[in-house]
Amino acid sequence: MKTPYLLPVMLVAYLLLTMSATTPKAYSIGDLAEDFSLKNVDGTIVSLSDYKDAQGVIVIFTCNHCPFAQLYEQRIIDLHRMFAPMGYPVVAINPNSPRIIPEDSFEKMQERARLKRYPFAYLFDEEQTVYPKFGATRTPHVFVLDDKRVVRYIGAIDNNAEDPNASTQRWVENAVHALMRGEMPNPHSTKSNGCTVKKAPPPAPAPAPTPDTTAQKSR
Amino acid sequence: MLSQNVVPCNVFFNILCLMSLMLHPFRPSLVSIIFAAFLCGSPFLRAQNFVVYDNLEQLQSRISRAGDTTLVLNFWATWCQPCVEELPCFDELRAYYGTQNVQVVLVSLDFRSQLEKKFIPFLNRYRLKSEVALMADQDLNTWIPLIHEAWDGAIPATLVLKGDKRLFKLGKFDDLEELETFVRPLVKDSAAFLGKKMNCMDLSGGKK
Repeated sequence: MKTPYLLPVMLVAYLLLTMSATTPKAYSIGDLAEDFSLKNVDGTIVSLSDYKDAQGVIVIFTCNHCPFAQLYEQRIIDLHRMFAPMGYPVVAINPNSPRIIPEDSFEKMQERARLKRYPFAYLFDEEQTVYPKFGATRTPHVFVLDDKRVVRYIGAIDNNAEDPNASTQRWVENAVHALMRGEMPNPHSTKSNGCTVKKAPPPAPAPAPTPDTTAQKSR
Repeated sequence: MLSQNVVPCNVFFNILCLMSLMLHPFRPSLVSIIFAAFLCGSPFLRAQNFVVYDNLEQLQSRISRAGDTTLVLNFWATWCQPCVEELPCFDELRAYYGTQNVQVVLVSLDFRSQLEKKFIPFLNRYRLKSEVALMADQDLNTWIPLIHEAWDGAIPATLVLKGDKRLFKLGKFDDLEELETFVRPLVKDSAAFLGKKMNCMDLSGGKK
């Protein structure tokens, strides 16, 4: 081979191409949510399929550190308390990389869940493979799934992060009530603020192998 | 709309303050006391200018005041670390182009209720040079799509306007060169490229 770098470059290029090809397209309204299995703060593995007897599932991507998520924390607890008995439990997932935000580590998640007595599963998306499938871009970010686990609502919990009493639109509540009546949530998608999901930096690429000096001399 | 136009205190005023105190050591006149008190005054005097927009109409009226000048709106918040990290790049952009060509407004989505506790102390610590505004309208789902249809509400986000042309970026600018390259197509008579491939945080002198 004329250049010793050709093979590693081709290999890296191939890997990059295949990696980008497998980046999932985010869920839209009407998409079926795939099953997932993630570690819960109580040490067990929890899967979406564990909730097969539920009428629906309120998946909420949230975390410890984000002030926005903290403002919504009580409302997330309240949603579970209100709707779990009616067959719509909350499943919270932390999508962030603790390498970027140490406060979002699994141990810290356990601490917070214990402190605030979370009544719902608080799962750790350790490999960061679940949040891209959903298309969660910030915390908190809600995905309400119906009885077939089809995504029926995506977005914010309500229209006032600062003051729960001042919110005039309780979107997730309305969405779940709509599903209970056999109707489609309206609106089905809302926009909101929040902290961006912190993706772990890619591992440093393996250095290219040192060129064979004898091969170079013979060129 | 709440507008806080407070004179920023700086070293010059501190010196004047000391001088005025020394002027009448034994027979301080009322005038000099008031003058000294005003200059040396409370931390309130050190506040940085900013404006609070209560709704989208007020923000839009600021947008229309830009006229034909390029307007850069950066949406950020004190609680958003990537947002804070890129702020010095916007100050640098503004300094380089000059406000005749490019106006920069740093629109914060901080909460009105945290004005005294978080927002003002942050501004005093960071001393931003660009125009600062706080968008207090909490009904984000209503006004976010009106800023740009591609915006899902996550910050940082930057909108550049000139006349009826718009450019929108979701996410952070890593360095000054990236920001300048983005804004340039909408800057009139853009002269020499600043071309500083400097990390935004390095521009602030490492202020944290």
